[in-house]
Amino acid sequence: MSRRSRAPAADTPRARFDAVTRATVEDRPLHEWLDNYQAVQQGWHRWAHDDLGDAQEWRDAVAAVRRHTVAHLDHYLAEFADKVERAGGHVSFAADAGEAREYVAGIARRKGARRVVKAKSMVSEEIGLDAALEATGAEVTETDLGAYIAQLAGERPYHITGPAVHMRLPRIREILSRAAGEDLPEEPDALAASARRTLRDRFLTADLGVSGANFGVASTGTVVLVTNEGNGRMTTTLPPTHVVVMGMERLVPDWPSLEPLLTLLTRAGTGERVTSYVTAITGPRRDGDVDGPEELHVVIVDNGRSGILGTKYQPVLQCIRCGCCADFCPVYRTMGGHAYDSVYTGPIGAVLTPLLFGLEGREHLPFASTLCGACDDGCPARVPLSDLLLELRADVAAGAAGPSPDASAAPSSVPASGAASTMWAFGFKGFAAVATRRRVWDAALRVASGLRPVLEAEPVRRAGRHAGRRLEPGAFGRGRLLRGPGVVRAWTDARDLPLPAPASFARLWRRHPRPGSPASGGGSDGSVSAGGSAPGVRSSRESGDPAQRGR
Amino acid sequence: MITCLGDALYPQVGVAAVKVLEALGVEIDFPPDQVCCGQPAFNSGYRDEARAAACAYLKAFSASEHVVSISGSCAAMVRRHYPVLFEGRPEEAEARALAARTWEFSQFLTDVMGVTELPVRHTARVTFHHSCHTRRLLGVVEQPERLLGMVEGLEYVPLPRAEECCGFGGTFAVKMPVISSSLVDDKVGHVLETGADELLGLDMSCLMNIGGRLSRRGAGVRVRHLAEVLAEGWGR
Repeated sequence: MSRRSRAPAADTPRARFDAVTRATVEDRPLHEWLDNYQAVQQGWHRWAHDDLGDAQEWRDAVAAVRRHTVAHLDHYLAEFADKVERAGGHVSFAADAGEAREYVAGIARRKGARRVVKAKSMVSEEIGLDAALEATGAEVTETDLGAYIAQLAGERPYHITGPAVHMRLPRIREILSRAAGEDLPEEPDALAASARRTLRDRFLTADLGVSGANFGVASTGTVVLVTNEGNGRMTTTLPPTHVVVMGMERLVPDWPSLEPLLTLLTRAGTGERVTSYVTAITGPRRDGDVDGPEELHVVIVDNGRSGILGTKYQPVLQCIRCGCCADFCPVYRTMGGHAYDSVYTGPIGAVLTPLLFGLEGREHLPFASTLCGACDDGCPARVPLSDLLLELRADVAAGAAGPSPDASAAPSSVPASGAASTMWAFGFKGFAAVATRRRVWDAALRVASGLRPVLEAEPVRRAGRHAGRRLEPGAFGRGRLLRGPGVVRAWTDARDLPLPAPASFARLWRRHPRPGSPASGGGSDGSVSAGGSAPGVRSSRESGDPAQRGR
Repeated sequence: MITCLGDALYPQVGVAAVKVLEALGVEIDFPPDQVCCGQPAFNSGYRDEARAAACAYLKAFSASEHVVSISGSCAAMVRRHYPVLFEGRPEEAEARALAARTWEFSQFLTDVMGVTELPVRHTARVTFHHSCHTRRLLGVVEQPERLLGMVEGLEYVPLPRAEECCGFGGTFAVKMPVISSSLVDDKVGHVLETGADELLGLDMSCLMNIGGRLSRRGAGVRVRHLAEVLAEGWGR
């Protein structure tokens, strides 16, 4: 596998994945930066949950609201759309990315919009809205600082809530200096002030404001935004037209059910007990209002979501986009956000990306996890991320391709892992044959044990850069393999591998005295030693002096 | 439950576990037809193959009162994933029953046997790797720490970032070797920070990964299963 990954023959998604991953791993300062970022973020996460009492109960509450809403999405969508319209807004349902782009671009054209400001929205990234707006001749500016920096750099968001979380000060200085046309000092305050000057001008002159929605409250038709920088309020109040682009699953039934979601979103997302701004927007400007847009449009985007409803993947729609799974994922930290090649990064990205844009060509994403479960522990909405990854792996193994609702938005997909998956399929057929036949397994173990002398000699001859190091019983196990063949080499490139034991446990066990027969008291010969074999289970307090002594 | 890895590479762990359990008065049986719980196939998406292996396991352990595993992730495979694997199938009830009586070694000692003291002496500075499946799928966290606390002469140094994965992940280690190697290197760094003589754990697959990297880096930290330390120091 490692041989293949070092020679990416074509520009396939898997080849890009391997290239980005390797570059991230080899960039030691970036590695340390991301490692530190996660450690800090996890610390804030813990701190922010400290005042909640039993945080698990809050997670249960969030999960219950999300499960209920997703299960009755048709009902709440109808109610939400009705209430938005009653409040004076316009609602449009977009079946796919193309419809959503066309609707928003149409508004921009009708309004003759020259300047568009955007408050960070994952769905607008998902549907590729910026390019569609720019095609109308408008200048599009991201106004969330991180998203603004990523936009200037021409990069995809690195993290759901931290689009430029991987960038360190010198690079940010370089990017903002170029945008400002002056040489800015390498000081965070000065850099932020420069961005603020530019963005203020854009806010005041924008014809159209585009935002996402953290939540839509069905009972009142309210769009709720959770932000820190104030750009959300500027975007949604200053321009004469405000367009909300939201995923169809972003709803909550009512205000009481919003409470646990807001409570955990900020804590999980940024490690804050509350963000600077929580904005609730119900309809456009009303008579007597001092500010607010004259026109409000809410675009509700499906783009593959309804295809997930009713399937084993439905729980993925519980996600509230806090991004905290990435903050806990060691694999995310190691391969970096851009390795997902998607707007959605981290464990949720590994699940959602193949589901929304198709599994074909992205078969490697569900495998970009050690299944350690750290994401499951962190998730405020109890999205069973590891279980969903396992389901996707089963789909990959079965050769099933996921739904690809909007081929135009998805990068061209190339079957990337044909040879690899054939190898694994063949391997696991063999696995099943051995795992169900003890005698075959025993024979294999005997052969492996017999190979010990050969394997022990091999590394000495072939170790190359490890020459001079002796193979001896010591730090780990007995013998060690320093360089293995084929797939084993993917292991031995970085790690020694223990050699098969001279005798398997099963062979040692044959010499173990059966209950009722006299205890051998052995053990020095390597066989399984017998103790005082009283039947049943007793605690140590009852067992008294153990019959068996240590070796 | 010796596990395939324990059978082939680490029989001394099984020997040690048997020694400790028998010393505690447990009658041990080793059903000969067991091979592998099916976890590698399950985690790779090969459900039919995993089910075949799991069926052999169900048969092998059908007569066992309790099943004790020397690997946390194999115990978690049975406890957590067998019910999923056999959902709606004739074997479901049997799978659920086996799941309910399958235990990880330290979990069996503390939760089932109620062990509160051990006649074990082991003089060493040790740190401990809480394997992810043991921690998160079985909820076994303080059980091994309690056992360590019962060992006389043992100095326990908690591992920094203890809750983080070592990067093994089964076939992940060879499917994504670049990521896996980087992760295990981070883990080895934390192990070395503790200045421990020994790294103990409850899952030889993770320990094979960390130990393999320690050994490659030429570090002199001894890597062992908790059962080995208990057996070696028993009655000393």
